[in-house]
Amino acid sequence: MAITPPQYLLHHDGDNVAVAMMDMQPGTLHGRSVKEGTESTAVLNHAIPLGHKFALADIAEGEAIIKYGIKVGLASAAIKKGDYIHTHNMRSYRWEASRA
Amino acid sequence: MGSKPRLMGYRRENGAMGIRNHVIILPLDDLSNAAAEAVAKVIPGTLALPHAFGRLQFGEDLELTFNTLIGTGVNANVAAVVVIGIEPKWTQRVADGIAKTGKPVAAFSIEGKGDLQVIQEASRVAAMFLQDASGLEREAAEMGDMIMSIKCGESDTTSGLGSCPTTSQAVDRWVAAGGTVFFGETSELTGGEHLIADRCIDDACRNLFQLTYDNYIKVIEATGANLLGSQPTQGNIAGGLTTIEEKALGNIAKTGSVPVVGVLKPAEAPDPKKKGLYFMDSSSAAAECVTLMAAGGAVIHLFPTGQGNVIGNPIIPVLKLTANIKTANSMTEHIDLDVSGLLRYEYDLTKAGDMMMDVINQTVNGRLCKAEVMGHREFTFTKLYISA
Repeated sequence: MAITPPQYLLHHDGDNVAVAMMDMQPGTLHGRSVKEGTESTAVLNHAIPLGHKFALADIAEGEAIIKYGIKVGLASAAIKKGDYIHTHNMRSYRWEASRA
Repeated sequence: MGSKPRLMGYRRENGAMGIRNHVIILPLDDLSNAAAEAVAKVIPGTLALPHAFGRLQFGEDLELTFNTLIGTGVNANVAAVVVIGIEPKWTQRVADGIAKTGKPVAAFSIEGKGDLQVIQEASRVAAMFLQDASGLEREAAEMGDMIMSIKCGESDTTSGLGSCPTTSQAVDRWVAAGGTVFFGETSELTGGEHLIADRCIDDACRNLFQLTYDNYIKVIEATGANLLGSQPTQGNIAGGLTTIEEKALGNIAKTGSVPVVGVLKPAEAPDPKKKGLYFMDSSSAAAECVTLMAAGGAVIHLFPTGQGNVIGNPIIPVLKLTANIKTANSMTEHIDLDVSGLLRYEYDLTKAGDMMMDVINQTVNGRLCKAEVMGHREFTFTKLYISA
């Protein structure tokens, strides 16, 4: 089953966020979805470390961040496709007080 | 899945199956740590379990401390127990709670005697207990005889992708073989608690789960605190996790696909006749959670990590696995299984599960896990509120 190691993984097709599988520089990356095995390419706008997230779509402020096919937070600022996503532009929707 | 592994454990007086054979010197309270540690020095091979509490606690908080102490002594990885406390009454209460299993227990109190006399008396008994325990032999064991616990820590985004799904494989196989598994980390289900509720086996279980979850979260939310840095932790954030919901879904990814058959209070033991996956109400702090699960009867623990945690427990092996290649390479003395190849698609999840089961089987049979080799013996109580 050996395939080229993906540079990013998303949990489910339809997630609007992916995870870098190595320290990545900006550019076009190849990846796949874990659940469905769908291969894809995506553009990364910023350098991000292994395990950090970037957007697979434009996400307006207040819109849901979807991972595992489930809402895992809200955009706390407008996010462009390819942007790095972390505490600076994403927050919990359950714990309102928890934000950077 | 090949042939059935040959597992060997220690059958205790009450029928429970252990995989280690510790003689522990258990202080009832912080004041008795010095005497307990002295006994373990006089009789090397016994194990003192110092801790910070046990004085002037009351109500539910005191009950939890008693249950943690008694449960630790009752655990099937323990062959015999010497309890040492400052006062005789509570010391005897813990010793009596452990003695119900039929295992050898002795109680000593310090008031009116002093440390030195107690150390001498307790050391004589500890010497006898240790020699007797050394003569016990392992016998054939089944997964169905044993309780496994799971809890992740220093998680990152690789946990939900690799180490937690690998743990899930072990959970499903353990339960399919008739065994029992504990998971917990109440606050760390936030955002995915409905997924656990959906898996509860009946309405009674589901209602108790929801009540337990809601009560814990109420306490946290009532503080109004900004939890960023605490939950998720700074380590989680450094590893790319941003919100409690994101962390929770990774956490839940390790709980397998089997139904949740029951809800346990902290340190509570399940009905031995009712096997399967249990939720235990517990802190998400690693040492607290594993201490509670061991007190509930777990004899082996799986600990998926992302950024790299070092936790161990005095009486149960804590096996660590990671899918983060950096952690696997930089913390080799702590990581029992590297499943980073899963994320590189070098092998599939079934194969990762096979690798996990191999490590579990070796550990059951006596091979030390990394935390045991490194001397990690975190014994940490959950405190519910201030003392009187």
